[in-house]
Amino acid sequence: MALDADVIVARGDRTIEVALQVGDGETVALLGRNGAGKSTALEAIAGVAPLASGHVTLGGRRIDGLPAEQRHIGVAFQDAMLFPKLSVLENVAFPLRARGAKRAAARERASGRLDELAPGVSREALPPTLSGGERQRVALARALVADPELLLLDEPFASVDAAAKPALRALLRGTLASFSGPKVLVTHDPIEATTLADRLVLLEDGRVTQRGTPQEVRDRPATRYAAELVGTNLFTGTLEPQGSDAGILHTDGGGELTVVWPDPLPRRSIGDVRATLSPSEIAVHVERPEGSARNVFRGAIEEVAVTGGRARIRLRTTPTLVAELTTGSVERLALGPGTEVWASCKAVEIRLMVPGEEPDTL
Amino acid sequence: MRRRLPPPIVALAAIGAVFISLPAIALAARAPWGRFAEILSGPGAREALRLSLEVSLAATVCAVVLGVPLAWVLARGEFRGRTVLRALAISPIVLPPVVAGVGLLMALGRRGVVGGWLYDALGVQLTFSTAGAIAAATFVSMPLVVLAAEAGFRGLDPRFEHAAAVLGARPGYAFRRVVLPMVRPQLVAGAVLAWARALGEFGATITFAGNLQGRTQTVPLAVFQLLQTDQEGAIALSLVLVVLSIAVLVALRGQITGAS
Repeated sequence: MALDADVIVARGDRTIEVALQVGDGETVALLGRNGAGKSTALEAIAGVAPLASGHVTLGGRRIDGLPAEQRHIGVAFQDAMLFPKLSVLENVAFPLRARGAKRAAARERASGRLDELAPGVSREALPPTLSGGERQRVALARALVADPELLLLDEPFASVDAAAKPALRALLRGTLASFSGPKVLVTHDPIEATTLADRLVLLEDGRVTQRGTPQEVRDRPATRYAAELVGTNLFTGTLEPQGSDAGILHTDGGGELTVVWPDPLPRRSIGDVRATLSPSEIAVHVERPEGSARNVFRGAIEEVAVTGGRARIRLRTTPTLVAELTTGSVERLALGPGTEVWASCKAVEIRLMVPGEEPDTL
Repeated sequence: MRRRLPPPIVALAAIGAVFISLPAIALAARAPWGRFAEILSGPGAREALRLSLEVSLAATVCAVVLGVPLAWVLARGEFRGRTVLRALAISPIVLPPVVAGVGLLMALGRRGVVGGWLYDALGVQLTFSTAGAIAAATFVSMPLVVLAAEAGFRGLDPRFEHAAAVLGARPGYAFRRVVLPMVRPQLVAGAVLAWARALGEFGATITFAGNLQGRTQTVPLAVFQLLQTDQEGAIALSLVLVVLSIAVLVALRGQITGAS
């Protein structure tokens, strides 16, 4: 049931051109700034934006000639787009009723989906009375209720407040894992993209500028945008208090990072913590560094990639790191694949995202 | 803090307010309050009131059934001549009603472009019939439905319709289940205005359908006739229309102008 889409859409005076191949069970994130054309590409796949040319094939079958209602795609829209005059239950039953299901049967199935995805939300409530997170949960239930062949998610976190995000992310991760068809996630948030998707497609000004796994894009960002947004070190793990002001982040890969304790949080163990570290904040040394940096790692250089005047160095440390240096430094220190080096960074440079406390974007 | 309005503007506004409300006040002042019940229960008035109610309600139904889809096409359709079609659709608002009546006569009269065929093939004659009065009232009131409904449809985020389609709804189902409930306030406002307009319709009706008691003589036509024989009766019936119109507008409050 793989998706093979090559959509070219005219939007005013510019065109948006996106090719996407998504396998069964795979999640691809379409990542780009606001206005890059992500949602338009999604609309073209869903059948509500006309294709100027190209094709959309799902499971080997051309669907771009079909009207939207015959494509059998589940979409969770940006801002949820729940129908404001229908109750939560009627919204979720809508895709079944629209396809001719009997009222009672549709409601029963919708109710089952809601139990699973939005258990705390009143069935009779009208969407405008729900919170952003609740709306998104209901939208997800509505997208999945008719067992679609393809799942499209458009900025699922856009109108969700920070406190509700971790729970929604966990729910989304589980939902994506259990959906066996291809999945496309549109987002402007690199962290959502890298943590939820298997592969990234970066869109800038209507064109794909890079595609690859989050790892590949992080290691070799093709554009300045990719470097800024995706080319950052990302860690997940459990945070333990240490000393009076610090903490240790035990990363999922078995590494340890010393960080500044995120005041005013109570000093106890916190799970599902994510942290980012900009590659340019990592110093690379040939000798063991002396100084104030509290994080020091040792490992061999795996790869040196040069783009513009800058080099990205991938280090086989624990956790693995990408550091960014000037090409001048690389020459001066005679760095190359296999060189054993030390890497260091200050605890204060590691930015933490604690469940319920995180900022909206990076 | 309340801002003080400039006195010249207040003065002009006061003159405008007096001018616009004076006829209603004058009608009330000259009303034959003692004979009111007697006049309204008289056979001519009773029939006119019944007929007005029937004709205006039937015309409202026709105007909504035809006007809402037309508004939808104007709001969402993309085709050549849309601007001209919109102008035609709302032109009865500015057309002199007597001109509308003559036009209807040429179109649907006994020897009209379509009316001749209606009579020859189906034996249907609209002139001098209640159906003709309904046709005339529909013609003048439908533009109000079209205007209100089109504004409602245009104010609607098209992504709701997209969402409905992607979720498997054919356009008809999406329209019924998603779009209509969302524009209900505008449709209600349009229908009520259309009803009020149909209730007051005079020129097109008398030109096209004639002034036959019990068949086409609605309240405004009865007022016109009574004016020559029983002025007090004309005033009493007029007051009924004034009270109804103002009650409708008060009930709608700011729905039409957007004031709250």
